[in-house]
Amino acid sequence: MTEGTATPRWVDRVLTINGWIVFLFLYLPILVLVAYSFSGSSTVGIWGGFSFQWYRQMFGNEALMDSLRNSLVVALISTVVATVLGTAAGIAIDRYRRWLGRRTFDALLYLPVIIPDVTMAIMLLLWFTTINLALGLSTIIISHIAFNISFVAIVVRSRLAHLDPSLEEAAMDLYASRWKTFRRVTLPLIMPGVLGGALLALTLSLDDVVITQLVQGPGATTLPVFVFGLIKRSVTPEINAVSTVMLIASMVLVFVSLGFQRRGERYD
Amino acid sequence: MTLLDDKPDRDTEAANPELERKAERAESWRGFFHALPSFVYLIFFFALPLVIVLVVSFSGRKGTGSPSFDDWTLDAYRKLFDTTVLRIAWRSLTMATLNTVICLAIGYPFAYWLATRSKQSTRNLLLVLVLIPFWSNFLVRTYAWRILLDSDGPITRIGEATGLWGKLLFTQPAVFLGLLYGYLPFMVLPLYAALERMDWSLVEAGRDLYATGWGAFRRITWPLSRPGVIAGSILVFIPSLGAYVTPAILGGAKTTLLGDYIVTQFTSARNWPFGSAVSVVILTVMLIATLVYFRTGARTL
Repeated sequence: MTEGTATPRWVDRVLTINGWIVFLFLYLPILVLVAYSFSGSSTVGIWGGFSFQWYRQMFGNEALMDSLRNSLVVALISTVVATVLGTAAGIAIDRYRRWLGRRTFDALLYLPVIIPDVTMAIMLLLWFTTINLALGLSTIIISHIAFNISFVAIVVRSRLAHLDPSLEEAAMDLYASRWKTFRRVTLPLIMPGVLGGALLALTLSLDDVVITQLVQGPGATTLPVFVFGLIKRSVTPEINAVSTVMLIASMVLVFVSLGFQRRGERYD
Repeated sequence: MTLLDDKPDRDTEAANPELERKAERAESWRGFFHALPSFVYLIFFFALPLVIVLVVSFSGRKGTGSPSFDDWTLDAYRKLFDTTVLRIAWRSLTMATLNTVICLAIGYPFAYWLATRSKQSTRNLLLVLVLIPFWSNFLVRTYAWRILLDSDGPITRIGEATGLWGKLLFTQPAVFLGLLYGYLPFMVLPLYAALERMDWSLVEAGRDLYATGWGAFRRITWPLSRPGVIAGSILVFIPSLGAYVTPAILGGAKTTLLGDYIVTQFTSARNWPFGSAVSVVILTVMLIATLVYFRTGARTL
């Protein structure tokens, strides 16, 4: 691709223009949103001079801060549990080729990834009411773990697929126990995958609206669901401020995950 | 300890078939136990809920909308053929299809451009620029369009000034824009992955054998990037079909899609069996789409 033999110059020029238009399309709406969050006007869409007032109002909003706290609790617990279970699942699928139920498990592991959010939300809501589990923070956490396990497992699995199993065999030939082999050889090698999966789980948990909205109980909601409710009622500049903070949080997560990836590449 | 119970059977593995079988059995148990916790979890909080949706879709309905398991009926499925429902289903299907096609039409040249930048560092930088919207909160990204399309929003004002369009918010085009904006990155990433790891010397070989630029693309690049095309299409089509947040924020009464229609059945409309039946239909479509994916995916390999 370096020689450019494949694409004539005029095609490349058209592609470049298209490329920058797409980037503009992807970024302009976000930038407008961020700009308006600093507007002093209380009408969304009218610039009223630079101001931090919406951020101040946001931090003073008790209900919003409660939902933020809930979001963090849900995200942390579901990420930790899903990372442990998902990593074991990834190892089970990639490192052990023959065991009872492997194919069923493989299919079951992929379904939560491709199923639409709405359907998963309905499924869980019906299930929780069937088994008489009271809706609340716990059902939100259970649901988030349910969809996060698969994402972690897939990321860990693809990492394992690139690893040479002979490294682990060598460790065991040198009299390392299975646990020691795992701790000292396998885990450090798949760590970028595990952390990448965990970050994905964290992001998905912090972003989820649809599933949480249906399985939440009275009085316990997460930040995105709270904001979703605000947006549906009426648009206020305070939402712009919250949105900007959420965008910055996602961006930080992107860079952290890229950092892990780069570290992973150095290992190889 | 481990020295004693691990080592001998590894060494004599090949020599003694009895021990070999034993080791194999131990190995398969180990695999099973690694999977066990998540297996149980997913059966309990995924597989069984899936079964429940199927069961409820055939159940009767109490006054509160929740299912009654005393009488069984096909009412929910019969209701699927109401004109209102068919209209919503048709709208969802066309929107999802159109979105997939347009995402592909915009995303393919875009991914091609990203993948053909000659410097690795340029490619990495551009990739990060794609990853940021991909990872950013979907709700927030949809909300951004709410502002742009609002009555005082920039896009509305441009439309009014030029006389080209009026207020778009709560209309079909607004929902479509939201879907396109929301899912475009999901198309670009798999396409980029497919094109980036492609062996471009094949294209050069084709050109050396007097293929035209277009011919080389049609016969070499496009077939080789097919897995990316299929993966991207699935990643856009399925969530577009079940879209909930986008129509809820950017749409109005006349733009209901299957996703928000289902949720309504569980909230204000109070008809759980019917909501479940619609979900079963979506699940079936999704399953067919995925099977097609794995079939064609296998053929291209």
